[in-house]
Amino acid sequence: MKSFLMALVALIVISISANLVLQKIDLSSSNASTSFGNVRISD
Amino acid sequence: MLRLFGLLALMWTLAVPSFAQEMPADTRAATGGAQNLEDIMRRQEGAKIDDSFRSDLTGDPDVAAATTDQLGTLGGASDPDLWRALRYNAADITTQVRTPAATTLMQDGGMSWLSFREGPMLKIAVYLLGGTLLLLTFFYLIRGRLRIHGEKTGRTIVRFKAFERFGHWLLASSFIVLGITGLISLFGRKVLIPAFGHETFSFLAVMSKWVHNNISWAFMVALVIIFFAWVVHNLPDRTDLRWLARAGGLFGGEHPPAKKFNAGQKLIFWSVIVLGGSISLSGLSLLFPFEINLFGHTFSTLNSWGLPNLFGLNDLPYPLSPQEEMQFAQLWHSIVSLVLTAIIFAHIYLGSVGMEGAFDAMGKGEVEEQWAREHHSIWAQEVLDEPANSKENT
Repeated sequence: MKSFLMALVALIVISISANLVLQKIDLSSSNASTSFGNVRISD
Repeated sequence: MLRLFGLLALMWTLAVPSFAQEMPADTRAATGGAQNLEDIMRRQEGAKIDDSFRSDLTGDPDVAAATTDQLGTLGGASDPDLWRALRYNAADITTQVRTPAATTLMQDGGMSWLSFREGPMLKIAVYLLGGTLLLLTFFYLIRGRLRIHGEKTGRTIVRFKAFERFGHWLLASSFIVLGITGLISLFGRKVLIPAFGHETFSFLAVMSKWVHNNISWAFMVALVIIFFAWVVHNLPDRTDLRWLARAGGLFGGEHPPAKKFNAGQKLIFWSVIVLGGSISLSGLSLLFPFEINLFGHTFSTLNSWGLPNLFGLNDLPYPLSPQEEMQFAQLWHSIVSLVLTAIIFAHIYLGSVGMEGAFDAMGKGEVEEQWAREHHSIWAQEVLDEPANSKENT
């Protein structure tokens, strides 16, 4: 039971951490289909 | 005379369709190079057509008319040529959008992917998962719970250490959540939106996507943990053949000898590793769109080996547009996940209601000594030879 609860805690920690890390390094799947940062408006 | 004339007129009227049928098939030349009746009929049958008469007709700059001539300003391509080039992804497109798929403006694969995903794919899911649950229910009704035959000793032996159970439960819990959220995504448009409406499904879909994308990392970590924890015990050996020959004693008789894992459990283990690994890879491909392209290269290799032809199939599509890569990754991800889910249904059944004493292995980490002797006799003997491993059950 203890192992099961530990696994659930790890599940939540890994999921939230993964999301934070991906956001931090700006890796988002939506970036692949949008280009807000890349549109050239100066020329 | 009038009757004879009427008769002749009738005969002529009836004869015209038969003349038409005897006329030679519509040729490409007869349509001025456009599609003909045969193309239309084949398309209606769902057969593959050679549409090179259109896909190759995208204008040729080498034979471009001078700018002073008609069409000269388009570099030898008429407007229909240009649209055909866009249609067949042959146009030289420049765009400010710096994403890999931005220059593919049209791609046919999208429609066949959509129709497969909305039709056959959902049927596969229902038949596979529903069929497995039905089979397990029938098996339970016929065979009942697999009991411990001998007298229980009251002593237990350690089956799985805490770290092994941690890896198992991390994998199990993440897989269950991934399965549920995956099915929500798969059945959203066809089942959940009609049942609960767009508003409710919108919330459900956003939540499912977030959970599915992020819990996937826990699944991959757990997959690595259980691989290294159990791979040594899951290498095939001679005892597996004897176990398989007697179907593990499932249909009566004594249980064949087995080590820590019997052949059935080894099959589950390798299914989880191979299919889970494949699901992870295609999942990563979907998580980082257009970055990990798995199918174009694979199809090209299979074609070069002539594998599709061996089975009487046409060559697999190659090259693939970036969107098609994602579509194949999605289909593969779904189908392999469904197959693994069906296997895991059987695993969950045998590890819980299907077999007395089995759940303790993962629940407490310890199993009844008699259970171990019956199901894993070789392993049990090895463990019991070390007296410190057996203890009285209090």
